[in-house]
Amino acid sequence: MTGTHEAGVVSPSEHTPLVSGANGDIAADLDITNEQQLRYIAGQAADARVNIELETEGMTLNIGPQHPATHGTLRIVARLDGEQVISAEPIMGYMHRGYEKLTEVRTYPQVTTLINRIDWVGSFANEVPFILAAEDLMDVEAPPRAQYIRTALFEMGRIANIMLFLGDMPVQLGGVTAIFYAFRDREFVLNQIESATGGRFHPNFNRIGGVKDDLPAGWIKETKTAMQKVRDFCDEIEDLVMGNEIFQSRCRGVGIIPPDVGKAYGLSGANLRASGVDWDLRRDADSPLAWKDLDWKVWTHPDGDSFSRFWVRLQETRESSYMVEQLLDGLPSGPIMAKVPRIIKVPAGESYVQTENPLGAMGYYVISKGELTPFRVKIRTASFSNMSISPWLLEGVYVPDIATILASLYFILGDIDR
Amino acid sequence: MPKVPGLVTGLGVTAKTFFKTVFPDGPTKPPAPSKGAHTVQYPHVKEAPPDRARGVIALHHDNCTACMLCARECPDWCIYIEGHKELAPPRRAGGKPRQKNKLDRFDIDFALCMYCGICVDVCPFDALFWSPEFEFSEMKIADMLHDKSRLADWMHTVPEWGAYEAGAEVKTKKLPSPSS
Amino acid sequence: MLSTLLALNPPYWVETLTKIGIGLVAVLLPTGALVYLFLFKMMSFMQSRLGPMETGPYGQLQLLAEFGKFLQKEDIFPSKADRFVFGAAPFVVLVSTFLLVLVLPAGPDTHFVDLNTGIYFAMAVSSVSVIGILMAGWGSNSKYSLLGGIRAAGQLIAYELPLVLSVVGVVIMAGTLNMKGIVAAQADFGIWFIIPQIIGFFIFMVAVQAELTQPPFDMPVAESELVTGYLTEYSGIRFLLFFIGEFATAAVFSAIGATLFLGGWTIPFVDANAAIMDYIGPLVLAAKMIFIAFLIFWFRITFPRFREDQLQRLAWKFLIPLSLANIVVTAIFKVVF
Repeated sequence: MTGTHEAGVVSPSEHTPLVSGANGDIAADLDITNEQQLRYIAGQAADARVNIELETEGMTLNIGPQHPATHGTLRIVARLDGEQVISAEPIMGYMHRGYEKLTEVRTYPQVTTLINRIDWVGSFANEVPFILAAEDLMDVEAPPRAQYIRTALFEMGRIANIMLFLGDMPVQLGGVTAIFYAFRDREFVLNQIESATGGRFHPNFNRIGGVKDDLPAGWIKETKTAMQKVRDFCDEIEDLVMGNEIFQSRCRGVGIIPPDVGKAYGLSGANLRASGVDWDLRRDADSPLAWKDLDWKVWTHPDGDSFSRFWVRLQETRESSYMVEQLLDGLPSGPIMAKVPRIIKVPAGESYVQTENPLGAMGYYVISKGELTPFRVKIRTASFSNMSISPWLLEGVYVPDIATILASLYFILGDIDR
Repeated sequence: MPKVPGLVTGLGVTAKTFFKTVFPDGPTKPPAPSKGAHTVQYPHVKEAPPDRARGVIALHHDNCTACMLCARECPDWCIYIEGHKELAPPRRAGGKPRQKNKLDRFDIDFALCMYCGICVDVCPFDALFWSPEFEFSEMKIADMLHDKSRLADWMHTVPEWGAYEAGAEVKTKKLPSPSS
Repeated sequence: MLSTLLALNPPYWVETLTKIGIGLVAVLLPTGALVYLFLFKMMSFMQSRLGPMETGPYGQLQLLAEFGKFLQKEDIFPSKADRFVFGAAPFVVLVSTFLLVLVLPAGPDTHFVDLNTGIYFAMAVSSVSVIGILMAGWGSNSKYSLLGGIRAAGQLIAYELPLVLSVVGVVIMAGTLNMKGIVAAQADFGIWFIIPQIIGFFIFMVAVQAELTQPPFDMPVAESELVTGYLTEYSGIRFLLFFIGEFATAAVFSAIGATLFLGGWTIPFVDANAAIMDYIGPLVLAAKMIFIAFLIFWFRITFPRFREDQLQRLAWKFLIPLSLANIVVTAIFKVVF
């Protein structure tokens, strides 16, 4: 906040004296020189400019890009008036890796490897929409066993992702114990993903036409044990966090998103379902994955506040664990890979597939010109749209509520910036 | 009965975890937090990763014909292959000498490697295998380039193919016998 | 003190130096014990993990390692910081802690100074740390620190009142401000004040949690928003002093709570004036202090934090009326019975 008073602001060519020669006697009386007059005017002008610049009162607080609260390198420029936020603007892009440009020079298996790393916590879920789009273009459908395995791993990726959220949101609010329980119990799920695919965070298991390999012996039984541990963890979080009066008073009524505003800003996933909108792509979109064979329900909550977002995600985790058990019980036998040529050249065309990823709706728009590499892949990520509501949502809240609201919106930086 | 306030149930959860960690065998036995906690005290105790874990890539260079497919398909271009053609004796007497590819150099730079497995999948001759070994950190980043002999050494650590779940139609493959 | 304990008659300066030495030990030893037992080990066990295990057997030397680590760090002053204010802040906070330990009785004759206004002095001196925190927040010349410092000022001043008022109930029951007299009153009544003053004890614990800026009242040091609040710009030895100050104050307040509510250094069924209590008394007090510190840290580990306005509402609209009611009821009972 600087204002400069510089005498030389007015250009010297405008050297007309204020007091003209007609009233020259006044100038003589007042004994004012041109120089002083000009300096006076310049001072007034500078003052006026400074007043306009200083119009917004209050302090500008720069949260991030290095900060314990933001899930990565997100920068939020908040203008504060005491403890209240006047305006807050997220500035993304500190982690942009140029995915869409990278995909133009990579073959389809290579792209599958890369896109694992967009939402690095919901591991398997990143690959699925892209593979489905490529299969759509090639007019190939994976066999039922592969679809079941895909759906099971998809749901396990969702469980791993949301478990992190269930531990992380209390930490943002100050209760440090929950995140240790989350990481402890998430290990069981990640171990199962690793036994099947070889990688905990980046499975790279999908191939066009099916999955890479079949499940190892004993996997089904171990996964069911892991799902039981997930449910125990959900009960523990309910006791430790959700029932806690302090947590509720911090979250209830904070960051309310009305359903039409949510839809207008392009929110998706649990954020929208917590505002009462009954929208779930697993049920509504026509996807070849195995969700239509399962008996499950979509959880919504009528309030749109931070507590309902936490609540909806907790219920979804439990629901996913039941879904995984159903999938494994009903696993059909058969091949895991459809007949596809060894070198994959996807025929020309365009395809857009959107799936219900853990963070929201993720979609890949694949344009192919019939070559080894896609011509253009546009990645629609959930967190990018989820963050777009934050300037609207963060107006007028207190500084501690910034942490609550951002934690409840739950974004992953890789998902925002790609 | 009035509902217990959430604050008290929260305290109960932490207390319960405390007792489960300190007395994992029940209150009658002496405290054993090292056993009750979920921490694995690496490097004193090592957890074995599952057999399929993508730790390091091993090369069975008897099968490798330097076809360059893995080097081409690698997303990071971290595989360096050099080979030359040799003349091998003909199969039958009086026949033409055959041209064979001989592998000179096969390096994988594990500092660049994304551990994606495309090279292992794409190899038409089954020369590359995954091994769950992960403890190969080095002091100098140049040492992360594993050359042909080191990659062949990793073959000792490649586990046998495991059985599949019921209903699978995929056959378990056999590892090649150790190279000469 | 030395003349009665050891039957010596040393000159004044020897006695003073000894008292200073014992005072340092009396503050730093419980601090170290608290940090190890509760921060490193109990917190870890409640979170299903082990805590430091490599330094020394079961991580017992971790504190020494941390001490050495902080000592060898650069003493950074932010560029536009007010050097004197910034530098003096940790010392101001520590001064109040060391002054608090002066009035703690640890036995019939084991005390530093026997003030007739013991608890009044303690409450007054504990407020000095607020100045230190404000100095830290303002002197750092950083927006995060400033926010933390202002929050701290509001919170600590607000919770001084329930702290003092909860103690007034005990004082009414004991009839004296003298700390030794309060302990003697509990021994005479035969019942520790926690039982008739259970509401006072509850208010005292909540107020102490807030005075120590521990979760659920750690808005000034709210890690997820303010990095470390008023501590953000500190490094090296000054950060260590703040760290020690936090745990030392926890130890000393727990000891005060043990004296006021749990009978201090007395054990039931043992004569309070026996000579042996001069030597066992400190151990008994230490045990009770550890119990109260256990409660403080148990709450710290489990609960998320309050927002600043909720915190203030809790103090002004709930705790102060409750403590005033407690005083009235205690006074009525004291007069009637």
